[in-house]
Amino acid sequence: MAEYKLMKGNEVIAEAAIRCGCDGYFGYPITPQSEIMETLMLRKPWEETGMVVLQAESEVAAINMVYGGAACGKKVMTSSSSPGISLKQEGITYIAGAELPCLIVNVVRGGPGLGTIQPAQSDYFQSVKGGGHGDYHLIVLAPASVQEMNDFVELGFNLAFKYRNPVLILSDGVIGQMMEKVQLSEIKPRWTDAEIEKISGTWATTGKKSNRDYHVITSLELDSLRQEKFNHKLIEKYKVIKENEVRFETFQCDDADYVLVAYGSSSRICQKAVEIARAKGVKVGLLRPITLYPFPTKKINEMCSKAKGFLSVEMSAGQMVEDVRLAVNGKVPVEHFGRLGGVVTTPNEVVKALDELIKKGK
Amino acid sequence: MAKVRGAVKVDIEKCKGCSLCVVACPTKVLALAREVNGKGYNYAYMANPEACIGCANCGLVCPDSVIEVYKIKVEADA
Amino acid sequence: MAEVKDIIKEGNLVYKKSKVLTDKIMHYCPGCSHGVVHKILAEVIEELNIQEDTIGVSPVGCSVLAYNYLHIDWQQAAHGRAPAVATAVARLLPNKRVFAYQGDGDLASIGTAEIIHACNRGENIVVIFINNGIYGMTGGQMAPTTLEGMPTSTSPYGRDIAMTGHPLKITELIAQLPAVNFVTRQAVHTPAAVRKCKKALQKAFENIGEKKGTQFIEVVSTCNSGWKLSPVKSNEWMVENMFPVYPMGDIKG
Repeated sequence: MAEYKLMKGNEVIAEAAIRCGCDGYFGYPITPQSEIMETLMLRKPWEETGMVVLQAESEVAAINMVYGGAACGKKVMTSSSSPGISLKQEGITYIAGAELPCLIVNVVRGGPGLGTIQPAQSDYFQSVKGGGHGDYHLIVLAPASVQEMNDFVELGFNLAFKYRNPVLILSDGVIGQMMEKVQLSEIKPRWTDAEIEKISGTWATTGKKSNRDYHVITSLELDSLRQEKFNHKLIEKYKVIKENEVRFETFQCDDADYVLVAYGSSSRICQKAVEIARAKGVKVGLLRPITLYPFPTKKINEMCSKAKGFLSVEMSAGQMVEDVRLAVNGKVPVEHFGRLGGVVTTPNEVVKALDELIKKGK
Repeated sequence: MAKVRGAVKVDIEKCKGCSLCVVACPTKVLALAREVNGKGYNYAYMANPEACIGCANCGLVCPDSVIEVYKIKVEADA
Repeated sequence: MAEVKDIIKEGNLVYKKSKVLTDKIMHYCPGCSHGVVHKILAEVIEELNIQEDTIGVSPVGCSVLAYNYLHIDWQQAAHGRAPAVATAVARLLPNKRVFAYQGDGDLASIGTAEIIHACNRGENIVVIFINNGIYGMTGGQMAPTTLEGMPTSTSPYGRDIAMTGHPLKITELIAQLPAVNFVTRQAVHTPAAVRKCKKALQKAFENIGEKKGTQFIEVVSTCNSGWKLSPVKSNEWMVENMFPVYPMGDIKG
């Protein structure tokens, strides 16, 4: 029988991790995501499933613990909020360079610098364009509800292992802190050694077996030609990800003259904005990217045949709007609207911004 | 009384001529050759083989693990 | 008299390269201490018969490529982060023997937080700390362990302690932590020192087999390229200058 609970977004990340057979969580406290580790410590999953939970000395150490655990073929994760995710970028690029599967959760707060502890969506560039040094991408999932905070943990691990690539859940302080009814996932046991051998036996460092050569997890390649070959291998992988893993949702787009593009908490606000605008007779719809990388570029481009304009609504100074513009490729106007610094946008503000876009087009 | 005789075999092409084995040898068996190997290093060799007692000190201090040590017991000359 | 060719026969072999070492030619400079430490590490792994159970974590620095030379599973960590990486491996694979191999820049500078906290948690790992008082791979820059007055490429007139602080005796600091089980300072400059260092390594790997907690082995080493001395002169310089600041022997356990 399905199990329902009223939970905070952050709490459910912890619950979902235990339930999907996560082997290890390594974290460091930072607002507004500390409930993730707090919930785990309270739940004591090491007694239940054997999952390791460790409070590291820093975000840097935590992400490097993730590197070590992932290199053993284990399902490991970390979570943080914006300033902490910046610290983790070193580890994340090493993880991407060594092609290790893992899950990272960013419950975004406003920046730059120490910024604010209030919600924002200003880490879009960092999340989808690389974040750390070198040419790489994360698979980025953007939950818009507590239910999706739950569901994306298992989805994230599945994608991470499918592509041997780190996966980021890009949430924000709204989704992390709000409470909603959530259908909890079924409890699945952690992988056995034999299962890990089957899934990751060709690369994981589990101790050299007599029937195989030793394994090395590294991102170092001193030979430029071989490094270039590896870079091309990554490009190919990202191409496959772009072909197969784009996820999005549309809301009242069928007859829409104008399209709002919004992810995460902004998409919830935009749903209300669509209702208000439609009541005033404006045919507007909402496209919600669920994967920010890969981005629903093709879908947006297709929509240009009908839509007269796009409004990217995000709690940032205008980051995702650049990807919307790339997708639209000059065919119709694309504008950005968003409040900053931890101020949450209201539906009426979105409608007003939409009116301005429409006026401009005329 | 039995006496010990030793000998060492140096993997000449892998030797980097660092000389650490030369100074580690208690009986001054080893020296660096005047000739060089393929990499241009003056490699270690037994300049004084009769003195070798097979103690393996040279092998122990060799950073590149290029020295094998052999040892036999021989009857002392009458 | 027996001829050399009569002595060099398989049955008379008393010392050879460990089977745990690969056949790759080491990239280290002639006379580098890394090679000696790799060798005795391989010998210990072979003699304890733990090749299948050992997972190494290599650092950034000259020994970043340590994974080319030992036939065991390896992970290569970001600069200074090996203790964090090793922490996760040891916790997720508690029956494996995990070691972190780090240089002095890696361990005592950029990775100070990671080493202190891994040791403070008593992680069941062996830490091998190669201290040659210099950043070798990047070209001989000043390290936290560089001696007072010692010239390096970033302290060309000698380390000025008023400007850059004192040589960091991190091993003594680590010995203060209650969860650390065994702390020793060794060297590999003479056959006797090599034997002693190997014994310390053996003890450390036995101890983590018995889950005794963190094992910390500093090996005071040379960097003859960085020091601009011959390998033999480097060893002499090390004994004369490094040993008074970094004295040999067991500190704890």
